[in-house]
Amino acid sequence: MLQLFKFKGGVKPATNKVQSVTLPIAVAPLPTRLAVPLHQSIGGMPRPIVEVGDKVLKGQKIGEADGWISAAVHAPTSGTVIEIGLYPAAHPSGLTAATVVIEPDGQDRWIDRQPVDYATLEPEAVRELLREAGVVGLGGAVFPTHGKLTASKTVPMEEMVVNGAECEPYITCDDLLMRERAEEVVRGAGIFRDLLRPKKVLIGIEDNKPEAAAAMRAAITALGDAFREFEVVVVPTRYPAGGAKQLIRVLTGKEVPASKRSTDLGVQCFNVATAYTAWRAIAHGEPVISRLVTVTGNVDQPRNYEVLIGTPMDELLRLGQPKADTDGIIMGGPMMGFLVPDQAAPVVKATNCLIAHSPELFPPKPPEMPCIRCGECARACPHELQPFEMYWFSRAKNFGKTQEYAIFDCIECGCCSYVCPSRIPLVQYFRFAKSEIWTREREKEAAEGAKNRFEFKQLREEREKAEKAEKLAKAAAAQAAKKAAEALAAASAPAETAAPASALVAAPAPDATSTPDAVKKATIEAAMERARAQRAAVQPKNIDHLPPAVEKEIAEIDARHTQVFGTADTAPADGEKNN
Amino acid sequence: MELITSPYLLKEASVQRVMLKVLLALLPGIAAYVWLFGPAILVHLVLATLTALAAEALMLKVRGRPLGMFLTDLSAVVTAWLIALTFPPLAPWWLTITATLFAIVIAKQLYGGLGQNPFNPAMIAYAISIVSFPALMSQWPGTDGHFSSQLQVIFGLVPRLDSMTSATPLDALKTALMLAGDSHSTTVAGIQANSSAFGMIAGRGWEWIAIAYLLGGLWLIQQRVITWHMPTAFIAGLTIIAAPLWLWHPDTYASPLFHLLSGGAMLGAFFIVTDPVSGATTPRGKLIFAAGIGLMAYLIRVFGGYPDGVAFAVLLFNICVPLIDMYTQPPVFGLKDK
Repeated sequence: MLQLFKFKGGVKPATNKVQSVTLPIAVAPLPTRLAVPLHQSIGGMPRPIVEVGDKVLKGQKIGEADGWISAAVHAPTSGTVIEIGLYPAAHPSGLTAATVVIEPDGQDRWIDRQPVDYATLEPEAVRELLREAGVVGLGGAVFPTHGKLTASKTVPMEEMVVNGAECEPYITCDDLLMRERAEEVVRGAGIFRDLLRPKKVLIGIEDNKPEAAAAMRAAITALGDAFREFEVVVVPTRYPAGGAKQLIRVLTGKEVPASKRSTDLGVQCFNVATAYTAWRAIAHGEPVISRLVTVTGNVDQPRNYEVLIGTPMDELLRLGQPKADTDGIIMGGPMMGFLVPDQAAPVVKATNCLIAHSPELFPPKPPEMPCIRCGECARACPHELQPFEMYWFSRAKNFGKTQEYAIFDCIECGCCSYVCPSRIPLVQYFRFAKSEIWTREREKEAAEGAKNRFEFKQLREEREKAEKAEKLAKAAAAQAAKKAAEALAAASAPAETAAPASALVAAPAPDATSTPDAVKKATIEAAMERARAQRAAVQPKNIDHLPPAVEKEIAEIDARHTQVFGTADTAPADGEKNN
Repeated sequence: MELITSPYLLKEASVQRVMLKVLLALLPGIAAYVWLFGPAILVHLVLATLTALAAEALMLKVRGRPLGMFLTDLSAVVTAWLIALTFPPLAPWWLTITATLFAIVIAKQLYGGLGQNPFNPAMIAYAISIVSFPALMSQWPGTDGHFSSQLQVIFGLVPRLDSMTSATPLDALKTALMLAGDSHSTTVAGIQANSSAFGMIAGRGWEWIAIAYLLGGLWLIQQRVITWHMPTAFIAGLTIIAAPLWLWHPDTYASPLFHLLSGGAMLGAFFIVTDPVSGATTPRGKLIFAAGIGLMAYLIRVFGGYPDGVAFAVLLFNICVPLIDMYTQPPVFGLKDK
């Protein structure tokens, strides 16, 4: 039996999972239109490769991954592209996002699917396949999965954690997936295992999902010897046990700080649904065009649906028959999700759950009281932060101090807000502080960029001025040399003419002497100066007025460089969020 | 629409609930108090509570804060009860009222109200009272007073007679030891045996009240209103200095148990030191803070000029809280070995 570790903090809200597990997974009907946002993963913004009016097939790529940390997007069904533009997004900001809108033709015709035997492929080719299939972390963080499938060069991979904990209340899509499709989940995890080569594969499932744990165990046994390093580990139910870092801690005892990648500690974590989609992509040639979504909350028929990406949320929620007093939709769980500003926003790869919101189910927050420093939040924090200190500093806009108190280690799990007797929306303050810090960093960078550009311009202008002056001087010197040569020739002539000639030479070009040696030296120097000026002028000009395509290519190369060599590493630490 | 972000679930918790539990936890101590010393304490509890609420309401109105929300949070009532319980039950009515006014108006509201006060308001009230009226603050009733005569004393209807009051056990011990001076004829044991103020271990009656406070305090820990750190560290801090001195010279220094069950020690350990607003917050900080108070309380009691030292020790360490918190920040998840 594996020794389990504990993480500090955490809370135990009512799980409310039983409502949505009574019925098996159902396939949601084809909606009237599908709005597929191009940006559905962390990283680069995929470029649309279809045009309005194009006929597309189910599974056809419509967005090309942009850069290594990015993932392709695909048409969820066959039909016609009727719009490419800005569309309400599944985002708390209520902003719009670049979206491809498809009108289904009802035939649901697939592309020519190409199953592959990944054992015959190079690891690099498998990663590329996953990127092309749009496989991203389906636990909520939507980090491109292929970007997590490279082991550290220096630290051996010890454990691979498969996250089936699903700790957020209400959500049951991973539970149902494991119950009904355990074998494919295990096989998908097998792909990851073959790429990372860990010593152990630990599948963590909270103890409130015994059916899922049993199904996964049965699948591992049935698959036999090839999966002998797989182990299902039942972990105590305590939110946020399904946070990647918490589950890694519980199963391996390792603590991954915000500043490190989990592979640096010889461990990596994937969500069960991610493993499932990876298997479908490799063994069936099906890109990620649908996902399981729990429809629950204030509805009469809570249930899990297999939903096409791009399905409007309100249309999906109607399947659950929301009750009359429903006044909103929460995407995700009640601890980390958000109220969608526009209910017509589409289901995306990050949508694991829709909760019909009602004032009765989620009573409005009582008014905020002053902090009494009781420290409940610090005791509940799974990252062992001091939320009330960060709160004081966030309020005071003393952002430097919030960083000293490790605000970027905060995973926004909501435990602190949940327990606060003063009902302070702590997480909201932290989100505010984080975004302020990011904004300031960006402004600082922009200011520095402008300064650099200005300095470069000044430098160039000075150089051009110098060049001009030099050219004039050179012309004058050449003139003088010519005159000197003439004078020299004249010197062989009668002596009385020589004196005025040499006087003539000395007057216009005092820097050039009248000897042939000096003339030669001046000529050589002028030539060298010219060459140097040309070199200097040519180099920066090279990247000045380029066609956009070339510029883009350069940017891509730079991006790859930073990714490979890890400078300016802006990609968030790997890891799926919750569940 | 007001921006509402996750989490959408909230635990059943409120400041009012926290304060209510503190009040409930004080009830066993109050019951023991009434049983042993008569109901005079109830008069002070009522006076202090009414004064605190009135002062709070007035100040909230002046400061333009929502009355309903803050008046019902019960934090003023907790302050009021702690004042009443640390004052002698025969203190004149105006002293309780003045002290409570000072605590609420100056020590709490002028600093910004709930959650903003750097000092424990009840201890401020105690400190200014004992400095201003040392005699009145040292008159404690014997265990055999009648309620009607106690009432007359409180409201100044009869002159204060020495026969009605006696010094606290701590005071009695200190005075007796001081009077004895360097003569070794007087011992702690001798004083305790000869005075009616003393019971089995500490003051007569006082020891039982202390035990009742202890029980209430344990319930608070069980209810997760307070953590074990502060009471434990306070008791440890007091013991760590009381024990060696007692072992070295038991004739001059009372036992640690005597000190723990006397004066404000138990009330302090579970109800005063643990005030979250004015106390340290980190686990290690709490230990340092409370142990420091225990130690300092003993020093003031035994070597200082006042009969009890808990109030001054608390205030002294309230000042140190920002420093203690700053230097005792616990390591963050994943960053422990650095």
